[in-house]
Amino acid sequence: MAEYDYLIIVLGMGFVTYLPRWAPLFFLSRRSLPQWFIRWLDLIPAAILSALLMPALLTNGEPRHLDLLKPELLAAVPTLLFALKTKSLGGTVIVGMLVFWLLAQI
Amino acid sequence: MPGLAASWPICLGYIPIGIAFGVLAGKAGLTPFEIGLMSVVVFAGSAQFIAVSMIASGTGATAIIATAFIVNLRHLLMSSALAVFLKPEKRRKLSLFAYGVTDESFAINYSRFKTGKWNLNQALVLNHTANLVWVGSTVAGGFSGALIPDGAFGIDYALIAMFICLLVFQLRGRIYIITAVMAGIFAVIFALIIPGNLHVIIGSVLAVTICVFIKTESGENSDG
Repeated sequence: MAEYDYLIIVLGMGFVTYLPRWAPLFFLSRRSLPQWFIRWLDLIPAAILSALLMPALLTNGEPRHLDLLKPELLAAVPTLLFALKTKSLGGTVIVGMLVFWLLAQI
Repeated sequence: MPGLAASWPICLGYIPIGIAFGVLAGKAGLTPFEIGLMSVVVFAGSAQFIAVSMIASGTGATAIIATAFIVNLRHLLMSSALAVFLKPEKRRKLSLFAYGVTDESFAINYSRFKTGKWNLNQALVLNHTANLVWVGSTVAGGFSGALIPDGAFGIDYALIAMFICLLVFQLRGRIYIITAVMAGIFAVIFALIIPGNLHVIIGSVLAVTICVFIKTESGENSDG
């Protein structure tokens, strides 16, 4: 792809990524948030991570359809158990990759 | 020093993911310099993975940027959550801190801020250490891309494994588990009926809104 197009993509991505990271810190830090909103925000990370994960584990193709036999799902079981037991981010990534790679060898 | 110490689990996670990203980006035709440029300017793992797959399939700039915006909109909520702890801080410093708000740094910084034994300087050290490691490992992956065959070492699974562990960090009580399960189910349903990446935002906002009501109705005991 042309250098110029790539530069546009990167700068555009950088801008739209920075904006939502920056605006709340810049504006919200000067006032107190209502209690219900803090409770709401507290639950957001668990929800977003799960919402990113589950479709990747359970759906396939374009347009997407349900697929309960993905190796991604199978590998997620030992990966999840390892994460629960060790709480180690680096270790979980290594174990997950290893299990997924081993499954591909079978 | 505490910032540096707290960043090592993120760094350990970023190295395989960064290398995986670099390898895939290299295969999509990007040079190590172009890969490093994206990692410095964007610094967002999942959006970068998605962008590279879109570049590889010949998607135009507008669609790629719009997708990055939607995928990273979740940081709006993370930064809002962090802002609660950062009221007295200087805005210039907060603008610098904002650059390093990622799923991973958020998970660590937020839980540390909650203990009350964490400050913005330590959080900044953590963010920028993670950033350096991310840029370095993506570029390293870009250089080694040609040497690594497709699907080797489970590289395609790095991002999923990372999300699994970050999710485990978040499950601090019953209400968090209910929220996560609900968001997962909603996200899958919406993923099946709407194309693109909107299902992530819609599914999680819906689940969280419902669960805030559950939490309020049943009192604070449901916190676990």
